[in-house]
Amino acid sequence: MEGSSLRRYLVVRVLLTLPMLLILLTLVFLLLRVAPGDPITASVGARLPPEEVQERRAALGFDDPLYVQYGRYLAGAVTGDFGNPVTDRRDVVEIVLDTAPATFELSVVGFLVAVIVGISVGAVAGRLRDTPFDVTGRLFGIVIYATPIFWIGLLAQLYFSVNLGWFPSSGRVGGFDAPQDITGFYVLDSIITGDWTALGSTLHHLVLPGVTLGLVIGGIFVRLVRVNMLQTLRADYVEAARARGVRERNVVFRHAFRNALVPIVTVMGLQLALLLGGAILTETVFSWPGLGTAIVEFIGSRDYPAVQGIVTFIAVVIAVISLLIDVVNGLVDPRVRY
Amino acid sequence: MSETALDVRDLRVAYRTARGPLWAVDGVDLQVHPGESLGLVGESGCGKSSLGRALMELMPPGGVVRGSARIAGQEVVGASGSALRHLRGEEVALIFQEPMSRLNPLMRVSDHFVEAIRAHRPKVAKEKARSMGREALAQMGIPPTRVDNYPHEFSGGMRQRIMIAMGIVLRPRLIIADEPTTSLDVIVEAQILDILDRLRRDEQMGMILITHNLGIVAETCDRVLVMYAGKVVEQGTVEQVFNTPKHPYTRGLMASTISLETTELHSIDGYPPDLVSPPPGCRFAPRCPYRMDHCTDAVPEYAEPEPGQLAACYLYPGAGAPVPDDAPQPGSMEPSR
Amino acid sequence: MSRLRRRLEHAWRPFRRSSRTSRVLIFVGLGIATFFVLVAFVGPTVYRYSGVQYRVEVAPEEFESLPQLAPPDDEHPFGTTRDNFDVLARVIGGAQLALSVMILAVAFGMVIGVSLGLASGYRGGRLDRVLVTGMDAVYAFPPLLLAIIVSFLLAAYIEPGVLSAAGAVGLVYIPQYFRVVRNHTLSVKEEPFVEAARSLGAKERTILGRYVFFNVVQSVPVILTLNAADAILTLAALGFLGYGVQPPTPEWGYDISQAQSDVASGVWWTAFWPGVAIVLLVTGLTLLGEGLNDVINPLLRARGAAGREIGEPPGDEDQSDRDADAQRDAEPIDSGAENR
Repeated sequence: MEGSSLRRYLVVRVLLTLPMLLILLTLVFLLLRVAPGDPITASVGARLPPEEVQERRAALGFDDPLYVQYGRYLAGAVTGDFGNPVTDRRDVVEIVLDTAPATFELSVVGFLVAVIVGISVGAVAGRLRDTPFDVTGRLFGIVIYATPIFWIGLLAQLYFSVNLGWFPSSGRVGGFDAPQDITGFYVLDSIITGDWTALGSTLHHLVLPGVTLGLVIGGIFVRLVRVNMLQTLRADYVEAARARGVRERNVVFRHAFRNALVPIVTVMGLQLALLLGGAILTETVFSWPGLGTAIVEFIGSRDYPAVQGIVTFIAVVIAVISLLIDVVNGLVDPRVRY
Repeated sequence: MSETALDVRDLRVAYRTARGPLWAVDGVDLQVHPGESLGLVGESGCGKSSLGRALMELMPPGGVVRGSARIAGQEVVGASGSALRHLRGEEVALIFQEPMSRLNPLMRVSDHFVEAIRAHRPKVAKEKARSMGREALAQMGIPPTRVDNYPHEFSGGMRQRIMIAMGIVLRPRLIIADEPTTSLDVIVEAQILDILDRLRRDEQMGMILITHNLGIVAETCDRVLVMYAGKVVEQGTVEQVFNTPKHPYTRGLMASTISLETTELHSIDGYPPDLVSPPPGCRFAPRCPYRMDHCTDAVPEYAEPEPGQLAACYLYPGAGAPVPDDAPQPGSMEPSR
Repeated sequence: MSRLRRRLEHAWRPFRRSSRTSRVLIFVGLGIATFFVLVAFVGPTVYRYSGVQYRVEVAPEEFESLPQLAPPDDEHPFGTTRDNFDVLARVIGGAQLALSVMILAVAFGMVIGVSLGLASGYRGGRLDRVLVTGMDAVYAFPPLLLAIIVSFLLAAYIEPGVLSAAGAVGLVYIPQYFRVVRNHTLSVKEEPFVEAARSLGAKERTILGRYVFFNVVQSVPVILTLNAADAILTLAALGFLGYGVQPPTPEWGYDISQAQSDVASGVWWTAFWPGVAIVLLVTGLTLLGEGLNDVINPLLRARGAAGREIGEPPGDEDQSDRDADAQRDAEPIDSGAENR
């Protein structure tokens, strides 16, 4: 009986993701079509004669009515064709494959750091409410969040890289140490090929940007975890567990903390979007060859198709993550299933 | 074994507030014997719930308990953490008011049982604990196969029965039931009261029933304590207190209950006093229709107008001041219905 | 007049009941915010350099450049930049910009978000469903990316400046207001007092305006301060990436991006001071928000947090003792150290 309720829940969640995806894609399409003129004119219009510009425009379908373009866009998104940039020979899919792994690795490290910081400081702060630890923990969370990622990154570079020389200040990996390119995920690739120098160099390069990103997001998590701990600690079932003589340690962990995780996990998942924004900034500071740097470059050169393609990809990723969060929720919290 | 299930002396409970300590319970003595059911009645805010919680030292932050409360001979007030943990669940069980929210929604009912049992008997195997849980559920009239369900799959009445099952699975000496049926409909209420009654008779458990519902006290309890403003104003057997209430507050309570014969509604004028700075002397004096001048001088002691029935009122000899000749006679105080 | 007083007293009550921590938070946060307001608006008149000034007029038509990359000294307490700007002047100018953008952005986001939230929560139906799905989608989107795209687009229609930055930053926060206000409206709508008002014949407009709105509006101040804090951060991020206001307008984030190349040669003051300003202002606003949250949100108020440790109760035999105790000046008998 339990199996089918979980299965039914999963099916429904998958189906519900589609409208969300549709709205996201429409949003992206509208946003980037609202731009005046068209991408061709904007990016190369000044350099090419008008007739050629016109030719290119027609060839790329920019003269077609809006709804036709919209349909073509959606069809493309479904079939995995995210378009072609104007200023780059690769198509968007190739660009994404080239750069996304870098952003992914950075985000994973950042997320891990954030979760560790957030949970350890936040949970204890919630338990030891209003003690000096709680106050310091909260203050830490607040100040850290108030610190711009790019500023911390810059100062970290200055201190740990330039001054102390402990960590490299840019790039994913030392000059010639890049592992063989199998998946694009350097950590994975170096493990697969047994290239320990590459692994070491990759991890070494991940520390500074990863911790920078993670600390700031961790600041948000501290507040999140603390508040949820406070709420679950005053829950009725917590008092009832105490009344049954359950050890305080178990009450806090098995009843308060575990139950607090449910809303925490959901919100943390939602913060993955925040992570991407932070990743853009971190990549810029540390010259990290990821999606963020790519987006910034393409925006700089007014290459709308490229930007649209990448942002579409991001929208799809968001929808998938949203789905995953719901799945995890369903696995953990039996009340949510249908 | 004639050891009392519960022996309370001069129990006091206070909460920290911005205006100073609030003494919710201010000097209460009571006893509960094995197999006996004691009703604890009073209006909201009289301290009865605080008393129930205090018997297990289950206080919120800023709450303190003073005095003495011995459960099966073991002192609760000031007991160490491990002693308290041993008492809770094994010697005394607390049945809460809102069964809907008292079970962890992420844990199955069997998990709850396993946790509760192994908290006290760590050597018990999980499977054994689960079967003990199934047995307890069966005693409550719940199909034992449902032990693996989640709390949200049960109705309110069933959840309360589960709570009771968990409470008695380790055979405690004392059950404290704090408004156990207030949030349930009357049919389920009757079932629950039945179960509690059966338990205390079969297992000889002592029981304290905390409620503002005089009807269920009349039905199921042997003795009753009436509380007002943190103090016990009257106690005695149910027959004594309900049929011949002595304290003016109790009389007011009885008069305000409604039955088919009621033609007029009575209530007691005024409001309960502020417990941060309670009024001097008898706390009911400001609202008492039989108030005399010396009532506000000092708190009345317990007079015994009838054997076994105590009332803290200056209308009766033995309360600490001689009874004036012009004091109202008990007979003339029958409330008109 | 006394009705006004009563209203004010009623509004003030949660503050009186709040714990000391929340009051400290609010006080500090408000202090920092006021400090920045002063800096922003009094600073330029008091300080001798302006944020876009790179030279001094020593004699009519004769100019002398400010030093380049000078370390902090008496003349330039925060040093100077590569472009011969005085860093302190840039920080002051940046404060002015940050506060203006913040106010505009917050006002924009709040007005739209709250009205949509109220309408959606109260009306329900198809409007509600459409808005919720839309807002959820926007909310799921990386806020910085959204701000970048929007500011980028706005730049095509409006001069890149305060308005476009405010628009981008404000837009991103609309879903937050919407969601909170809508949820609050939904629960208030079901409250018995609303039903009672309706059954007494109150006009729909009165119900919405007086009952629902005033209840729901309680949740706004907290979001407002947190939104303000975020707005500063987003503005700085936009500036850092180059999508904010046009140079040479002083902007903290932009200045930090310019300072990137200075860092390698050990020049720290061009990057340090704008960053400190950001951290300070955002911290202040967040503290204010947390304090307000503690006060307004009773769920999080700690039970038993206020008041002294408890000793023995006052003896009830002696009337005079009780009178003395009623003043609550006497120390409880076996109290521990006073801690609240």
